[in-house]
Amino acid sequence: MSKKTPLYETHVKLGGKIVEFGGWLLPVQYPTGIPAEHMAVRTKCGLFDVSHMGEIVLTGPDSLGVLNHMMTNDFTDMKIGQARYSPMCNEAGGTVDDLIVYKRGESDYFIVVNAANKDKDYRWMCNHKFGDVELVDASDEYAQLALQGPLAEDILSKVVPGESDIPTANYSAEFDREIQGMPCIISRTGYTGEDGFEIYCRASDAVRMWDLLMEAGKDEGLIPCGLGARDTLRLEAAMPLYGHEMNDSISPKEAGLGIFVKMDKPDFIGKAAIAYRGVPTVKRAGLKVIGRGIIREEQEIYKEGASVSDEPVGVTTSGTFCPYFRESLAMARLPRELAEPGTKLEVNVRGRMVPVEVVKLPFYRRAK
Amino acid sequence: MNTPENLKYSKTHEWVKDMGDGKVEIGLTDYAQSELSDLVFVNLPETGDDVTAGEVCADVESVKAASDVYSPVTGKVAEVNEELIDAPQNINSDPYSAWLFRAEDVTDTEELMDAAAYNELVAKEKQ
Repeated sequence: MSKKTPLYETHVKLGGKIVEFGGWLLPVQYPTGIPAEHMAVRTKCGLFDVSHMGEIVLTGPDSLGVLNHMMTNDFTDMKIGQARYSPMCNEAGGTVDDLIVYKRGESDYFIVVNAANKDKDYRWMCNHKFGDVELVDASDEYAQLALQGPLAEDILSKVVPGESDIPTANYSAEFDREIQGMPCIISRTGYTGEDGFEIYCRASDAVRMWDLLMEAGKDEGLIPCGLGARDTLRLEAAMPLYGHEMNDSISPKEAGLGIFVKMDKPDFIGKAAIAYRGVPTVKRAGLKVIGRGIIREEQEIYKEGASVSDEPVGVTTSGTFCPYFRESLAMARLPRELAEPGTKLEVNVRGRMVPVEVVKLPFYRRAK
Repeated sequence: MNTPENLKYSKTHEWVKDMGDGKVEIGLTDYAQSELSDLVFVNLPETGDDVTAGEVCADVESVKAASDVYSPVTGKVAEVNEELIDAPQNINSDPYSAWLFRAEDVTDTEELMDAAAYNELVAKEKQ
């Protein structure tokens, strides 16, 4: 049975088109449609219900050691209030999940994981923890709202008690805050390539928090946004999505996430396998359609001039029509030598060869 | 299902309207949009492009899938409905107003059906 977030009724009332995603019923778009929702986030602001994400709390004196052992990133120098992205690998170097770790206090970490992987992650962490730590799956207690776009800070500043409640640095968070009596965590993070915030509140406060933010953002043009825009936005920003750019067998290095794999720290799960695998022969690359055609995931890629009877050289992992560039863009797994920008390739789109060109990632980077 | 009498239909579920000035207007039928469900993107040809009867001329993407649109005529693209790029959902709400493109210099046309014949085809496909 698919789960409903505390905002399910709100989405239905707003005319959201409900789909199943990662075991959850969520709106893929509202009547405004994905292109308008996408552009609202690029130019003004959008509000997303991302309550499906999982929250796992890790506490105890050995927390840091456990984190550094289970994750590929290094958390040693992390300060309270910081957030850090990391892949989590299995012994073979494949990716169990990618997640964000917040340092809430000394030996107190708040870990946000992908909805579809939450149970797998929690089991994995419980099976690989050691020493004096406690792991709690707190997912049901929390709702999460993402307020994303260049006007996000203006809107948020209207509802928080004071300026100090708004985290200033990217990838930082303010814990134990209150918005109109609702306890929350305010984090300067997101999955859209824009400035913005993720607000974790009690599930029971989700509807009131949503309504409050929507009302506060009325003049700024804030609109609700669904999973469709979340996907096109993250794709334009070339942010990987678990199950697409990486999975249990693809290593973070192959997914272009090498900077989050700290080979110089002491042993961690997957380190030996990643070292053994060496420099990946495949790379995550960006593709742009030349001419016409919408590319989707899992479409085969061929050398220029090849026919469908030839061997494909790679496969797309995500792809769609991107409203900001008005172009069909995709990410793909390609052999290193074919992943150079400017390389011309072809993608088999429903039996038709569509010419594409390798382009540099990210497709979109916001102006600072 | 709505099938206006004044239009012609292709077996791949496009409609064709004779504009009377040498141009034809092309769109997706009510049946096509309901089968695709909510459209999220359209990828249209460009003005001046040549299109060929029976060949792919556009793509549409819905929350369910991406699919090809076939040109019912051979000719030149005279005009493109740019509005749909920002509001593809118009095809769902009003498929016979939400034209995709207009073609001119039409030299060839696929075998097209009238409304009654098209309704029959759809009835068969639904079985």
